Amino acid sequence: MAKKSYSFYPGCSSQKAASASNYQVSVDAMCQELDIELNEIPDWNCCSASIGYAGGGELPRLALSARNMALSEQAHPDQDIVATCAACWLATRETQERLGEDDELLAETNQALAEAGLKLKNDKKIRHMVEVLIEDIGYEELGKHVKKPLEGLKIAGYVGCQTNRPFGIHGESFENPKYLDKMIETVGAEACNDYEKKVSCCGGALAFSEPEKSQALIKDILESAYDNGADMIVTPCPVCQMNTEVYQDQINAKYGTKFKMPVVYYSTLLSVAYGKSAKECGLDGQVIRARQLEEIAGK
Amino acid sequence: MSDYNQQMIEKYRGNFLKEVEANVEEGDWVKMCMQCGVCSGSCPLGPHWEHPPQEIFMMIRANKREDILSSSSMWMCTSCYNCIARCPRGLPITHIMHGLATYAKRLGLAPKEQPTAKFAQLFWDNLTKTGRVNELKLGLSLYFMNGFGEGIKTALKMKDVGLGMLKTKRMTPMEMLGGHKCKDVKGLQAMLKKAEELEEARIGKRG
Ligand code: SF4
Ligand code: SF4
Ligand code: SF4
Repeated sequence: MAKKSYSFYPGCSSQKAASASNYQVSVDAMCQELDIELNEIPDWNCCSASIGYAGGGELPRLALSARNMALSEQAHPDQDIVATCAACWLATRETQERLGEDDELLAETNQALAEAGLKLKNDKKIRHMVEVLIEDIGYEELGKHVKKPLEGLKIAGYVGCQTNRPFGIHGESFENPKYLDKMIETVGAEACNDYEKKVSCCGGALAFSEPEKSQALIKDILESAYDNGADMIVTPCPVCQMNTEVYQDQINAKYGTKFKMPVVYYSTLLSVAYGKSAKECGLDGQVIRARQLEEIAGK
Repeated sequence: MSDYNQQMIEKYRGNFLKEVEANVEEGDWVKMCMQCGVCSGSCPLGPHWEHPPQEIFMMIRANKREDILSSSSMWMCTSCYNCIARCPRGLPITHIMHGLATYAKRLGLAPKEQPTAKFAQLFWDNLTKTGRVNELKLGLSLYFMNGFGEGIKTALKMKDVGLGMLKTKRMTPMEMLGGHKCKDVKGLQAMLKKAEELEEARIGKRG
């Protein structure tokens, strides 16, 4: 297959030494194998995620995403924008939709952008990395690159909210999206087909501000994976990943549970299956080590 | 109570639906609600909402202005989009909740000790300073947002989480010295200022 190039919006959590830096590491390894070129949007800014509303009104928030889109139009005119973070993807896509529907709002946004010397046409596609894998590469091709099938592993595909609603992945349902399960099978592992908490919310950003209330949600997500016999959880979202991984000790202390469930990204699974080293797959970024994956990567 | 709030009370004289339509993000959708209750059953933190979304929509029509705007309910929204996916009338409920929260904050009516309101403001301040979020500073100000004593307690409780992130290089103390940022912070800030001005002018024109 020919090289595919995209205008890439990494987002704050994917930066070096930030909470999802290991996501980026595995994405890089995966893209290298699949001949996907990610061109970082020059001087991109934070999208204000889903909680910018306390400080910023509608237009300032739209302007933040619009700046990234305008910079992308300038630097990579013929490339779709691709994000790896669910919240970044969502915020950018929502901006595109809202500005596309409302000429007045687009005009005002452009007035604001002019202060930064920019202009937005708003004609780009905004895509999640998962869409690139499914739509532009395809499961079959994804499978062809597998060198080390993840045999014997049972994995719960935790889709969460924002990669699923309100836009979701084309052709999937809100209640039971199958793409993570299909990816799990593509790399030779077994998917937990009846994972009840697949699309439940982990609390998102409220895991910081309302830790107890959110941890009650997270506990159910972990428990359901555990009850389904999962060895680990896989997710497409950096917030989901962090929330379900790093609070397990606190949850265990509060509820008397004994969770020690690794939570990895789809890109971790793919890069391990593609024969990359533990380091290239970002496995050293696991707060709860994914030992089974380390073993496969070490072979 | 702020002057702005007084101004708005006088301007709309007991027609809160009209006030919401003119001042709240996606507020003109509120009248489309048919009170089926599906949204209220969808919120992940539902049991903690004093007034779930459906009730908020009903209260808007019933002019329960203060009750809504001073409520912590909207601040319990996790942005899970369950409601939007399910609402038979297609209301952008998530955005209306965010919009009500923004508006309550502007009017000075948002509850003062609401943790998400405080955290979200910290997040915004953090990102507008450099264009990108500095997770370490954000985390620290989060732990200390309720004062020094409380902060130490929270920080101790979160110590093991922090250590795990440090060890796996998913957090760095170097962020304290500046860390990630945009090059054109000046342009970004000028853009935001302009956007604020335009939004204020537009809201003033309406209603
Ligand atoms: S489950 Fe949590 S992190 Fe994941 S998309 Fe929902 S709120 Fe975001
Ligand atoms: S789901 Fe929609 S129509 Fe039903 S109560 Fe909620 S907002 Fe109203
Ligand atoms: S997006 Fe907000 S209002 Fe809608 S269901 Fe989720 S928490 Fe409730």
